[in-house]
Amino acid sequence: MALEGDIAQMGALIGAGLACTGMGGAAIGVGNVVGNYLSGALRNPAAANGQMATMFIGIAFAEALGIFSFLVALLLMFAQGF
Amino acid sequence: MAAEENATGATLNIHPMDQFQVYSLFGDGPVHWYTPTNVTLWLFIAIVAIVLLMVIATRGRNVVPSRGQSVAELIYSFVRGMIVDITGEAGLKYFPYIMTLFLLILFTNVLGLLPYSFTVTSHIAVTGVLAMAVFMAVTLLGFVLNGTKFLKIFWISEAPLVLRPILAMIEIISYFVRPVSHSVRLAGNMMAGHAVIKVFAGFAAMLAATTPLGVGLVAPIVAIMAMYGLELLVVVIQAYVFTILTCVYLKDALHPGH
Repeated sequence: MALEGDIAQMGALIGAGLACTGMGGAAIGVGNVVGNYLSGALRNPAAANGQMATMFIGIAFAEALGIFSFLVALLLMFAQGF
Repeated sequence: MAAEENATGATLNIHPMDQFQVYSLFGDGPVHWYTPTNVTLWLFIAIVAIVLLMVIATRGRNVVPSRGQSVAELIYSFVRGMIVDITGEAGLKYFPYIMTLFLLILFTNVLGLLPYSFTVTSHIAVTGVLAMAVFMAVTLLGFVLNGTKFLKIFWISEAPLVLRPILAMIEIISYFVRPVSHSVRLAGNMMAGHAVIKVFAGFAAMLAATTPLGVGLVAPIVAIMAMYGLELLVVVIQAYVFTILTCVYLKDALHPGH
């Protein structure tokens, strides 16, 4: 690719790529929530259905932070002030 | 950025974000707040679909429900059960608002999965308004129902006294971040999922042109089908999550200090 743009844009694009590492954190979080739910549910299947909503709330909270990193990447790519 | 790369020709030519453009339906004029755009169109289609399901399909009110009526009853009892589970019977007063939110988000999400359609909820402007409405309604409701006792949700009486001011600060910050995370979660999920499908579609277009007889097409199409199934799950779960978080926030307003 031809050399174009400036170093600030390069930094922003590298930062956007680095922001994607936040997804890994969200993945660990969601995996933790569901894994613990499942291990609890297998020990006591009778109580499992009642905690389904709580599990989804936990997933939502864990996942929101991963979405924030996506948002940061988008801001760096499309909404930079230079 | 993407437009400049067009000039190189044979390289990857994917515009996953183009599907989220808002444009005027009639003519190319600038978009004002009153201009009919594709957002207006797809919101209107979603509302027509909701009316078809909830009003027309249930018109008979049969004891033995038809297919449409049983779907409508399923959604109704699902949302009702969710509210009772989380907020208790006191929350049923606010059932119409929560049901409206759930139906609107569910229908706009699912309609957004149709090819060539537009996902209204992929725009932070739309979800931001929905989340701010929930935030303001819940805050006002908390103060109207409980007076200054509503502030107890920031002052955790179970914690040791030394920790309470610090916890109060954290609670206040997390309270005001709620509308942000509430709206960004929905919009981000919708945008990311649809963009992923578009990226795979771009691979398909490229492989169809470059492989003999277009045999390379098979892999991306299988991937698109798998992603589509996942997206179908995600759009329903996100509608559910938005609604259930509304219930959780509502619970804070109804029973502060728990």
